[in-house]
This record gives sequence, C-alpha cells and structure tokens, in this order.
Amino acid sequence: MQDKLSIIVVEADRDRAILIVDSLREAGDFEIRVISDPAGLARRIKAHEPDIVLIDVADPSRDMLEELALASQPRDRAVAMFVDRSEEGLSTAAVEAGLSAYVVDGLQPQRIKPVLEAAIARFRVFQRMRAELAETKRALEERKVIDRAKGMIMKARGITEDEAYALLRRAAMDQNKRIADVAQALVTATGLLG
Amino acid sequence: MKQTVIPVGYMPLVDAAPLIVAHEMGFAAEEGLALDLQPAPSWSSLRDMLAFGRVEAAHMLAPVPVAAALGLGGAGAEFSVLSVLSVNGNVIGVSRELADRLEAQGHSFAFDDAETAGRALIGAASDRLRIGIPFPFSMHMELLSYWIDALEPAARHAIEIRTVPPPLMADAIRAGEIDAFCVGEPWGSITVEHAMGSLLLPGRAIWSFAPEKVLAVRKGWADVNRPLAEGLIRALWRAGCWLSGPQSHVLAAELLSRSAWLDLPAEIIDRALSGRLTITPQGLQRHVPGFLEFHNGVAGFPWRSQSQWIARQLAARTQLDPADASARAAQVFRSDFYRSALRKTGADLPGASSKIEGAASVETAVASERGTLILPPNEFFNRRFFDPDRSE
Repeated sequence: MQDKLSIIVVEADRDRAILIVDSLREAGDFEIRVISDPAGLARRIKAHEPDIVLIDVADPSRDMLEELALASQPRDRAVAMFVDRSEEGLSTAAVEAGLSAYVVDGLQPQRIKPVLEAAIARFRVFQRMRAELAETKRALEERKVIDRAKGMIMKARGITEDEAYALLRRAAMDQNKRIADVAQALVTATGLLG
Repeated sequence: MKQTVIPVGYMPLVDAAPLIVAHEMGFAAEEGLALDLQPAPSWSSLRDMLAFGRVEAAHMLAPVPVAAALGLGGAGAEFSVLSVLSVNGNVIGVSRELADRLEAQGHSFAFDDAETAGRALIGAASDRLRIGIPFPFSMHMELLSYWIDALEPAARHAIEIRTVPPPLMADAIRAGEIDAFCVGEPWGSITVEHAMGSLLLPGRAIWSFAPEKVLAVRKGWADVNRPLAEGLIRALWRAGCWLSGPQSHVLAAELLSRSAWLDLPAEIIDRALSGRLTITPQGLQRHVPGFLEFHNGVAGFPWRSQSQWIARQLAARTQLDPADASARAAQVFRSDFYRSALRKTGADLPGASSKIEGAASVETAVASERGTLILPPNEFFNRRFFDPDRSE
C-alpha cells in the first residue's frame, strides 16, 4: 500500500483549483493532480489511478465519472461515489457544500476524513462566493438598466433624475412589478421603436 | 386552499415537460401541491439530490432506479418509480464526417429503419466507432446495446460507448472524441442547428415503446406520504393528457422556452413535441409520429415488464443473475400506486401490470378496467419479444 494518498481535483477554473490544492496541502501530505479539461475525463483519471477524485457538484462533466464505478473489473481499483461508505453526516455535508467525491473502494475512513473535511470547508466558501457574485452581478445589471431608463424618461419628458425615478417607481407599483423589470421593458420598447 | 410544497428535481430537457406543465398550468395546484422545481447539473447529481433528501421526487432516466435496485452505480439508496413521465424521444446522430461517408455509400437518411441505418453505420465506421451517451444507466445505453447486439454481435468490440454530458456533446464531436451520439431532445436538434452532425435514427425505430424518463422517489417515501404521491401522479397524468393534445404543442413549446426552464428558442423545442425534426444541417425534414409520447397508450403506466426488460439488459452486461435481477426490478415500478391514484379520474388502465414487450406490431385492444383501452404498437426492430415470465 502506498503511503501518500493521491488525489485528483477536477476543476476548470485555475484560481479555484489553486485554492483547493492549497487547502488540501494544509490538511496533509498528499499527491495532488488537477485536471481542468473535461475531454476524455474518465480515461485520464483511470490512467492516474487516484485514491480520491474531487469534483464540483455543479460540473456537468461529473456524469463522466460514473463510468469509473461501472467499468471496474475485479482486479481494477474500483472507484465509487463516497456516499455509500461514508461516515454519518460527512457525505451529506459534502453534497450540501457542492462537492462530490469519488473514493477507491476499501480506503480507510480515517484517511479519507481529513481530505473531505478540508475540501468541504473550501467548497462552502466557494458556494457563498458564488451566491454573492451572482447577486452582485444581478444588482449591477439592474442598476445599469434603471439608469438607462431614467435617462430616457428625463430626455423624453424634460424632467429631473429624481422625478424620472419616482415615475418609474410609481409605474412599477401600479403594475405590481419590480422597478428593474419596468425599466427593462422601457429600454427594450424604446430600442424596438428606434 | 393550503398547498403542500414538494421539491422536485429535474434535468432541463424537453421530456421534463410534464413536470413544468403540471406546475405552470395549475395541474399540481388542483391537487393541493406546489412543485418547487429544482434543475440539476447532471444525472448523478440529480440521483444524489434525491438519495440525500434535497428533493422528494425526481425526473429520472428509467434505468437508474432499476440499476440502484441491482446495486449498480454509486446510488447508495433505493428508489421507487411512481409513473413513466415519457416514452421514446431519443435520437441517434453522427458526426459530419461520418454523415458524409454514409451519404457516399448511398444511405438515404430515411430516418425510419433501424436495420438499414444500423448496417450502414457499422459499414461506414471502418475500424472503430465511438458513441457518446448522456449516462451509463440510460435508455440511450440500452437501446444502443440492444441495436448493436441484435445487428452484429461481432461489431461490439469495435464499438466504444462513452459518457459525454449532452451540453458537451458538440465539443466532443469537434475534438474528435466521438463519432456518433445518442441523446434526448433538445440536444439532437441543437447539434444539427450548430451544423455539428446529422440525425440518423429516432430511438423509437429500435423499440417503438421504450420507457424513457420516470418519476422516482426514495423507496418507502410513497408509503409514508401516500396522499402526496397520489396527488403527484394525478397532476402529472393531467399534464401528460394536456400535452398530448395537438393544439398544445405551440403553447407547450413557448412555456418550455422561457428562461426559467430550457431557455431555448420555442422552434427548437417544438420539433420534439410535434415529431417534425430537421435531421441535417442542410434542412432535410422528417416526420416521426409518436416521436415523444407523454400520454397516449397509457404512456404513464409503470409496467413491471418495462423494469424487468431493463434489468435483463443490465444483468447481461454486468454478469448478474438474470432471474434474480428481474425479480428485484419487478419491485421498482409501482403500478399499485399508479392505479390507486387514478381510480377516480376516468382514466382507463390495463387489467394486467405486466405484458410481453415487443409483441404488438399494430394497435391492440387489451383487457382494461373500463374495457376501452387500445395500446399502440410495441415492437423491437428485429421483431423479437420479451416475455418477463420466461427466462431466455
């Protein structure tokens, strides 16, 4: 039995991959490899014979890994999803954090645990960052649209910015819609009318 | 009326239509249910979401719950099937290069004959053929295996079936990772639209009544939550009934095209719903009646024989005992819940819960609760039968 656990991290984003590798290094001495391109994923993972594969739950190429569990010959190193041999709670925590882990059959639970715990902690941070980023992006987009709509109203009616915003807000309330949606409708309609 | 919220996982595909329609058209609300529909990024994630209780029910590839009952795949949980969400709906397609070779050999892309198309494909593929499918446990896999084994068992070793998530299928063709593919809609039409390949055959040309997607729950869930389970079955039955009306295609395509669901042009989605497919980038059209069925021929009824057919196929490939696999699979498709849920709806259900698959080359009247049931043709391209009560 080899002494160092070998881990493959499947992650297309370079920065994220570096962060995961760093947090795993802090958790122990592992041999870590990153695969960033999904082409031929199952084949390439097989060639490296890792003990553990970590992949983002949101990554559609995860389905490619299912072949690993299926194609294993009796003498092959079987790779199975972590869920059916995990310690209580650990795999649930992994799924909730947005992480899937494939683990070689027969690996000692005490060797898996530190890897999983480190990865779960890192994935939780990612999940939070992802939610925040999506929210910020949306807010930014909406503000841009509202600003454009305000500008159009100011020009068309010759009113001030505050008055234009008040008009938008009233229209939104009357129609039971969000201000951003009313602004978007105005921008689209104006675009169509030329 | 107070509504019970049920989280339900799905993959954003055309055949998720019954769930989306049940939600959007109020069929779920009529049953006092509010569907909290959660899209999944992959079939393995969707299976885990259900296994771990993130969702209570899921849109699932028909072979996944059967495989789980046989201990195949990393499910870690067992499932029950409450209804069949859709029958048929897959397409087999080829790369541009392979399409050119098929054409040079004189293949007509008639899109209806699995025998001719299969022989042409094996002939054109020269030394090897790599076919992409969405998931190892899928009707795509089962239909392809059945087709190739029946046509040319000797060709099996030269054919490699690889898992490629449908959104990555076009890239895999471009990168030369695969030569052909078997996918559900909209992915076949999208490949044609991007001029990455041509469609060779609809899945129904291999088996004309193949259970494609099912509604799965965790084993035991429906026993504890019987009113919810039966309400869900009824809501989906009504949604399927609505979808089967020819006047519903346009509206259903519009609904599914919204950004919250498939976020694709309605025209692409309408192809699968109407069975009017564009099969080559040059615009060749083919009409396939029954291309994707949600309701006709009691499409929703979870026949025990369907799960047993899947189990026999899986057992043969993984060297499991066929009789044992068949017996386990028979417990997975729960026609008892389905019958009990639809008792008061006026639906006419078959008297039996198991049938000989592939034994009807024409429409056939069968014994049913009201005596008015006619089942559509159900046959395999090679005219073989599958009798679940006889070991072959």
